[in-house]
Amino acid sequence: MRDVAVVGVDMVKFGRYADKDVVRLASEAAVGAMRDAGITIKDVQVVVCGNLYQANGMVGQRIMKEIGATGAPVINVANACATGSTAFREAYLAVASGAYDIALAIGCEQMGKMGLLGGGGGGDPAYNTEGVMGTNLMPGVFAMTGVEHMRKYGTTIEQFAKVAVKNHKHSTLNPYAQYQVETPLEMVLSARMIAWPNTLYMCCPTGDGAAAAVLMSAEKARQYTTKPVWVAASVLTSDPWTERNPNMWDVNTLTRMAAKQAYEMAGIGPEDLSMVELHDCFATAELVHYENLMLVPEGEAGRWIDEGGPYHPNLGGKLPVNVSGGLLSKGHPLGATGVANIVEIVWHLRGQAGERQVPNAKTGLAHVIGLGSACTIHILKV
Amino acid sequence: MAQAQSAQEKKVKPLVPFLRIPDNWPEESAYLFGSRCKACGAIFLGERYACGRCGAVGDMEEVRLSDEGEIYVFTVIHQSFPGIETPYIAAIIDLPEGVSVRANVYGLDPNNPSPQWFGKKVRMRAEKIRVDREGNDVIAPKFYVVE
Repeated sequence: MRDVAVVGVDMVKFGRYADKDVVRLASEAAVGAMRDAGITIKDVQVVVCGNLYQANGMVGQRIMKEIGATGAPVINVANACATGSTAFREAYLAVASGAYDIALAIGCEQMGKMGLLGGGGGGDPAYNTEGVMGTNLMPGVFAMTGVEHMRKYGTTIEQFAKVAVKNHKHSTLNPYAQYQVETPLEMVLSARMIAWPNTLYMCCPTGDGAAAAVLMSAEKARQYTTKPVWVAASVLTSDPWTERNPNMWDVNTLTRMAAKQAYEMAGIGPEDLSMVELHDCFATAELVHYENLMLVPEGEAGRWIDEGGPYHPNLGGKLPVNVSGGLLSKGHPLGATGVANIVEIVWHLRGQAGERQVPNAKTGLAHVIGLGSACTIHILKV
Repeated sequence: MAQAQSAQEKKVKPLVPFLRIPDNWPEESAYLFGSRCKACGAIFLGERYACGRCGAVGDMEEVRLSDEGEIYVFTVIHQSFPGIETPYIAAIIDLPEGVSVRANVYGLDPNNPSPQWFGKKVRMRAEKIRVDREGNDVIAPKFYVVE
């Protein structure tokens, strides 16, 4: 496999765009990433587009018709919330394999105010299992992930809530975040309960967004930039058999597998990371991944958030997690998320992250979970 | 539709495919069933074509699952789809055979969730919960806390 560099990135601010469609949002991100790389659509040899809710709608080709239908191969990808990061990985593989020298990865989604995810469907409503056979709604599914940690280690509601306090605090410096509102602990704890112990501010919003990245072989990258960001690891796992899965979704085992593979591939350990963007779809989910990604020893996640370890270094943190504000505040337009957290890391590694810049960032890890399940981990370095 | 059916034609149908309802229900109890892989021993809810753990094909035996189990983890859902009454306690229930069921739990106060609920014993009872579009009774397994 060849070395692959990220040479151009961009994203649109996540939010609600009633006046733009998903193709327009994606086109803006794609053109931004190509301009950042110093190329045009004519230079792109393969396009991989991640989109979930229009997965049968040939979104990638529609984007090409908007920004330049060159006839280059287009691959449309769907992999739940890991859709965007899987698209990025497919673009990475296209270049790493030697098949192409320049690839464009796009993640995009338009959700609007679609509300709760994870249930419904067609058929006779008499056979709807939600509220009888427990819950398959995302706030509840990820609540139980945290409650399992509570059962094992005595993790408290306050510790989960502190994740939301941190990420919302981080978001105030990220102009690309859907929400930039600080939420003190008391505000998080007293907010409307959605799925115990997750209150409103411990749940990510739905929204619209797009992000894109241009990937190149090492040789090509040197023609276009003096500051390549290298893809040191790209890993994708699915959930293996575990005792309760899928009756209880297991987001831990496949993340641990992916983390181990990613550190091996990059030849580094968690102690070498400058920053982490991980899949905090709910506050309860972020905490368990501190351990899954080996940022702290088993059972120490609660103590780590109490100590402020995952805060931005300017706020006293040791290893910043989700300085973008995370999904909790930056937003989670499903297909866009996995590319956007790579964009965030690239900006930091290049020293272009503005007020929220992690000082002297050299290595970053991006983690995404798609329930069902898929896990991607990318490690980027300069 | 429902009125057009005679008593004999009216059927009972399970809400989930892993609930078996005997012909003479409710005289005889409905029960949950699963499949055990003869090759590796893994247990799954309902019928299986192959083993999702070891990959053995066509080597499954049916297992009748216990009515009693215990709460592994839970949440309380306060916001759900329109028409679904909230709050409700949604749990993962471990059965002694080594398989788990996702189900509501009844008999606890949803407004006072507590880590003391971990490990609480529950017992399944199959009950009619709705009538479907064709007039059939829909039967669901419901788990009640054992006092």
